[in-house]
Amino acid sequence: MNIIIALIGISLTVALIFLGLFLWSLKSGQFDDTYGPSVRMVFDDKKKKKK
Amino acid sequence: MALEVKEQLLCYHCGQVCEEQEYTSEDKNFCCYGCRTVYEILNENNLCEYYSYESTPGVNLKYVSEETYAYLDEPSVKKKLLTFNSDTFARVELFVPSIHCISCIWLLENLQKLTNGIVKSEVNFARKRVSIDYNPTVVALSEIARLMASLGYAPQINLSEEKKEKISSKDLLMKLAVAGFAFGNIMLLSFPEYLGLEGTETTLKQLFSYLNLALAIPVTVYSGRDYFSNALQSFRQRQINIDVPIAVGLAALFLRSSYDVVSQTGPGYFDSLAGLVFFLLIGRWFQSKTYESLAFDRDFRSYFPLAVHKKSGEDWIPVVIYELAQGDTIRMRNWEVVPADSLLLDTEAYFDYSFVTGESRPVKVKAGELIYAGGRLVGKPVSMVVEKKTSQSHLTSLWNKEVFQKSEESRYRKIIDLAARRFTWAVLGVALITAVYWYLADASQMWLVLTAVLMVACPCALALAAPFTYGNMLRVFGRHGFYLKNADVIERLSKIDTIVFDKTGTVTNGAAQLDFVGVIDDHELAWVKTLTSSSTHPLSNLITRSVKVNSTAPVIDFFEKPGRGIEGKIADHHIVVGSAEYVKFDGVLPELSSKVFVSINGQVRGYFKIETTVREGIDVLMQSLKTKKIAMISGDSDADLGKMKKVFPESASLLFNQDPHDKLGYISALQKENSKVLMLGDGLNDSGALKQSDVGVAITDDTGVFTPSCDGILQGNKLNQLNKFISLSRSATIILKTGFGISFFYNIIALSFAVSGHLTPLVAAILMPISSISVVGFSTLAVNLASNKILKS
Repeated sequence: MNIIIALIGISLTVALIFLGLFLWSLKSGQFDDTYGPSVRMVFDDKKKKKK
Repeated sequence: MALEVKEQLLCYHCGQVCEEQEYTSEDKNFCCYGCRTVYEILNENNLCEYYSYESTPGVNLKYVSEETYAYLDEPSVKKKLLTFNSDTFARVELFVPSIHCISCIWLLENLQKLTNGIVKSEVNFARKRVSIDYNPTVVALSEIARLMASLGYAPQINLSEEKKEKISSKDLLMKLAVAGFAFGNIMLLSFPEYLGLEGTETTLKQLFSYLNLALAIPVTVYSGRDYFSNALQSFRQRQINIDVPIAVGLAALFLRSSYDVVSQTGPGYFDSLAGLVFFLLIGRWFQSKTYESLAFDRDFRSYFPLAVHKKSGEDWIPVVIYELAQGDTIRMRNWEVVPADSLLLDTEAYFDYSFVTGESRPVKVKAGELIYAGGRLVGKPVSMVVEKKTSQSHLTSLWNKEVFQKSEESRYRKIIDLAARRFTWAVLGVALITAVYWYLADASQMWLVLTAVLMVACPCALALAAPFTYGNMLRVFGRHGFYLKNADVIERLSKIDTIVFDKTGTVTNGAAQLDFVGVIDDHELAWVKTLTSSSTHPLSNLITRSVKVNSTAPVIDFFEKPGRGIEGKIADHHIVVGSAEYVKFDGVLPELSSKVFVSINGQVRGYFKIETTVREGIDVLMQSLKTKKIAMISGDSDADLGKMKKVFPESASLLFNQDPHDKLGYISALQKENSKVLMLGDGLNDSGALKQSDVGVAITDDTGVFTPSCDGILQGNKLNQLNKFISLSRSATIILKTGFGISFFYNIIALSFAVSGHLTPLVAAILMPISSISVVGFSTLAVNLASNKILKS
């Protein structure tokens, strides 16, 4: 049954990593504006390169 | 008289109908000079891509006043605004209310192509903010602001802004994330226990229990922290609120479960604990979702200029208005708002006091007379001496009144707190009786049963009923054009029995109706329009806007006598537009209402009759409000008394000539008679009344423009639905009380388990989520059913 203990340890670690990632993304402001980035990727930036 | 619209051209920039003379550039039509200028700037800089993301994305520039941004370069102002500042790099975040589409984002993020010195700009669409990185040695902040204003994206600068709220919503999300994470994992780790582990596997059992304990610690200490601190605070204020029984329940759950685990007597109730906190936080998050882009707490500062030009020696320097002192000489320009009560230095000037009194007709002020803060200069620039500081001026002193100082929470007692108080006493009673019983029956079981009672008595479902009922209702209201500041307003709205209307802009439309009485043909009308378009007087603007025929003939010898009239020569005809006196009208003056006379070649042709029109649907609204007490309170003269009498029922009291202080006083007098007052208003002059009333609602035809501080913003075209909103709020209260009933029902079931000593972790883990989910489901469903029924009838 030791394998279960190892598995639980791994699964908890993975879950903790995801929690940490979510908290980090929240803190870094990724959820502040959910509309802007979705249209920003549509903008052409060809002109910039010419300059 | 009816006028035909010859051609309906739409402005390429802003999409509005081109009414005035035509402005064209490269075969594109524009409604005004401002729009064309923006197009030309963009065209020159190769930024016409702006028009490809959205058709007619621009912001109309017809009525933009020229604000001065020079004060932005004052070090004290800069210090407040800049989020980062060094010699060659600075970052500023500006609030731009006119951001509304993809093109706006695109243009504002390409500002660096228009000016050197801007490094990067980024738009936050949800909050309508632009963060700009720039090099202060190359470009000044005032230049950036001026550039943005010239494109139609004037930043709105508020130096006293607070950013606290945003942080707290982020904080709540983080707590929610931690609670959710722990809840999921604890449930998973509790399964083996519930399904039955075999006796031999005690190590596993213990491991799971200790892991649960470890996961529950952050839930209690971090996610549930607010409940403990709120409970403590309410103890200090000697007012029991809903957080007290929750905090007691959480503490009981945590301590009892920890004891069970450590003493190895059981698996503990950690899954119930984490689930409880998770659900409670979801409720809070749901309720806290509000309208970020709408501002509900603007005061006079949003209307006043931030800075004016003050005389210093021989020069005029920009100063922030708070720094104005008595005796300072300031200079105002056309369309600027006077920031402090002042004495006029020039011989004569006209002021539009619509902010102060609601009356929009300009008032004449002579040299040495007092001008009240909030008056707007109409006409050429004048100088004045400051008499009182901004904060002590007649209008602004309104904000020093008590009602603006108190926080909202202390003024109203909520249903939920009342319920919580009774609940807490009942639970304490039950707990005491149970403890005494078990002490006598089986003293060793007493503590276990007592903690079980406190645990299940935790009013999770009760605490969820309010946020979900009101939160859902808030969204329903929002979908129908009624935006409330927060969910508590719904509760107050349901008790309203008196409704007070403001006149201008609320009962009447902001726009006035114009009719020409007399004989005039289309050509002549077009000339009149050409003439009036050269003047900035509000009545001239109104004529320019409503006359739909155009003439290309230029005006020669234009002359304006401020406040009297204008004249000029067009196509060899001498045209005079103005007051009866000015055009030398010697007939009998027709009935009272605003009139503008027109004479052509010395012959009076007639006059424009200007009438404010009553909003559509007001009669329906008055019909539906029959059971309530109605009053109207206006800053205007009683010229419209006859018209208002037709609109309002006979029983309504109609008051005219009321200044902002009178309005506030009237509301509080009504409240002293135990009336619950709903105030409907739209201007700065209603601010006091809106704040004093139980529910203050601002009426607006465009949610993007200024609204005074209020509890809710109602779209003008939805005003006739007001009664439906009130009855909906009443059904929300009924739904809430039914939700309480459901949650009490579950609590009684759970208590019966606990009192008899049968509350196993499994029973708790099933009962608690079920009660929460059924309350949430019931209120969501009921609110939607009720809103469908009421709003569609």
